[in-house]
Amino acid sequence: MTTSHPLPVEGSRSKAASAKLEDGSSDGDCVVKVGGDWQLNAAVPSWNSVIAQHAPANMRVVPDGLGRWDSSLLLFLVHGRTWCLQSKHTLNVEGLPENLQTLLRQIAEADTSQKKTKPGAKTLAERVQAWTVNLGKKVRENVSFLGECTLGFAGIVKRPHKFRWMDVLVEMQQCWVSSLPIVALVSFLVGVILAFQAAIQLQQYGAAVFVADLVGLSVVREMGPMMAAMIVAGGIGAAFAAQIGNMKVGSEIDALETLGVSTVDFLVLPRLLATTVMMPIMALYANVLGILGGMFVSATMLSIPATAYWVETQNRVGLLDVGSGLIKSVVFGLGIGLAGCLRGMNCERSATGVGKATTSAVVTGILLIVITDAVFALIFNVLGI
Amino acid sequence: MDPNPTAPAIEVKNLTCGYDASVVLQDVSFAVKPRELLFVIGGSGCGKSTLLRCLIGLLQPIKGDVAYFGQSFTGADATKRREILKTFGVLYQNNALWSSMTLAENVSLPLEVHTSLSRADREEIVTLKLTEVGLAGSEELYPSELSGGMMKRAALARALALDPAIVFFDEPSEGLDPITSREMDRLILQVRDVLGTTMVIVSHQLSSIFRLADRVLMFDRTAKGIIAEGKPNELAAHSEDSRVRDFLKRDDGPGPQPNPADGGSKTHSP
Repeated sequence: MTTSHPLPVEGSRSKAASAKLEDGSSDGDCVVKVGGDWQLNAAVPSWNSVIAQHAPANMRVVPDGLGRWDSSLLLFLVHGRTWCLQSKHTLNVEGLPENLQTLLRQIAEADTSQKKTKPGAKTLAERVQAWTVNLGKKVRENVSFLGECTLGFAGIVKRPHKFRWMDVLVEMQQCWVSSLPIVALVSFLVGVILAFQAAIQLQQYGAAVFVADLVGLSVVREMGPMMAAMIVAGGIGAAFAAQIGNMKVGSEIDALETLGVSTVDFLVLPRLLATTVMMPIMALYANVLGILGGMFVSATMLSIPATAYWVETQNRVGLLDVGSGLIKSVVFGLGIGLAGCLRGMNCERSATGVGKATTSAVVTGILLIVITDAVFALIFNVLGI
Repeated sequence: MDPNPTAPAIEVKNLTCGYDASVVLQDVSFAVKPRELLFVIGGSGCGKSTLLRCLIGLLQPIKGDVAYFGQSFTGADATKRREILKTFGVLYQNNALWSSMTLAENVSLPLEVHTSLSRADREEIVTLKLTEVGLAGSEELYPSELSGGMMKRAALARALALDPAIVFFDEPSEGLDPITSREMDRLILQVRDVLGTTMVIVSHQLSSIFRLADRVLMFDRTAKGIIAEGKPNELAAHSEDSRVRDFLKRDDGPGPQPNPADGGSKTHSP
């Protein structure tokens, strides 16, 4: 048996693969003698180099000291057969090992000419059509998802005892606790950066103490809720999409649906409630850390005592300022939850699909945050808040 | 140590393996001859999959050695290990085809990593391999576009890409209907007969075991090792261990072939 491929024996002589052409056998065929070890990862002769400029003829391949062989010899023979077929000649391989002949026969019998290829390049019109159809499909999916969520919320109000409240608590506990350190660090540093930037300008007018006003207002109205939401979108929104996407790939969602369990009630609503409830709490936490960051810079670099900084902040930052930030963060939370769950539910059934869904959840989440923030800025401006 | 061409294809010596503190297999030793078709059988949790993971290097044994053609795999350095990895292919239970790649790319990747073949040559070998497993013309399809049986075939084509001397199968008939499962068995036999490949198959399927196995190794959870070894028909008929007889004679498949002298099977006529 020549096709068993034990590991190469170090020090033993592995004969190089060879193929020699000899003219004029008794039956008039040209003879190609193949010998040596034919291995994929070694240099082997090619059919064209052996045949060179030889005129088409009936060919016969015979072994001549043939050692170990693998697909490289098979490939050589397939090339030989194609060469012969082109000039309507024959390739005789009867002298070769039986199993090699069987493989060649299998390949000859299989019709490899008709590959099931992907459709060719599309015209511009076809691409626009496909894009429009796809867009319509996505809009329909998103609207129907929003509708299902609304119906789900209505269901909770009507039958609160039927809802899985424990899942909401589990989501809150699992997702949010892990975000606390990173939100704390980023918010504190944002406070520090704002204080530094403000100090450079305000010190020139001897108004360094107003750093507290600037930091306080910026943090509670914009930066605190915004930074917390960005971090949550990157961490928790992505986690939602990956969890639900993986469940889809593993047919877990199919199993829920065939049991008659609403996937929105079971998977989406607990997550949405968790993000909506926890986001303002996280924003408040970010506000506190941001103000502390500003206080730290003022106390250490600007020689403003912490108590003076705190009094200034209290005088300037009102409940309405804090409230406006928190109201926004509720909507941020809802948007992040919706983006994560929607992308997870629409995930393709493959590893790549889960990756795409995760990325898309983060991008959509951040986009929703920024759009919501702009809308609120407009509303608050009109209302004079 | 130099490889020994006369050595067994696989030799497992005093292998102990497990996870953290729990030992799943204790002092297991056996050898597989070249061209042999060996089945590893046993109930759930008996360590079949753990053994397979140890054999293919995904799990480091606690103790003992696995050798391929006389060369130690467990104690091999990185270069040697890479060399030994080329001697076997693996067909995983869930096929583990890379979903973002076409079948051609799936089969081509081992060739790309381990050989210096040109792109054109690789493409031709991919076509040969897919033809060998009966998937000629499916090069451009993605795994998600295939049926369960086709996916198994594609996974086999990938396992065979480097013409390995040994192929490991983890539950090759899992999730296949009986007819597709029979076709898979036929393909396994064909590959063994034509390519002379040594095969180690982890399976529960009685029909496949009786149809294909040269020899079976039966593992047991409490024994943490092999409790029976031999030809499946002989073990089913003559094993003194009731666990072995119960496993091989359970009523979910054809079991041992009936003796024609007993009259064989009967059919109802109208």
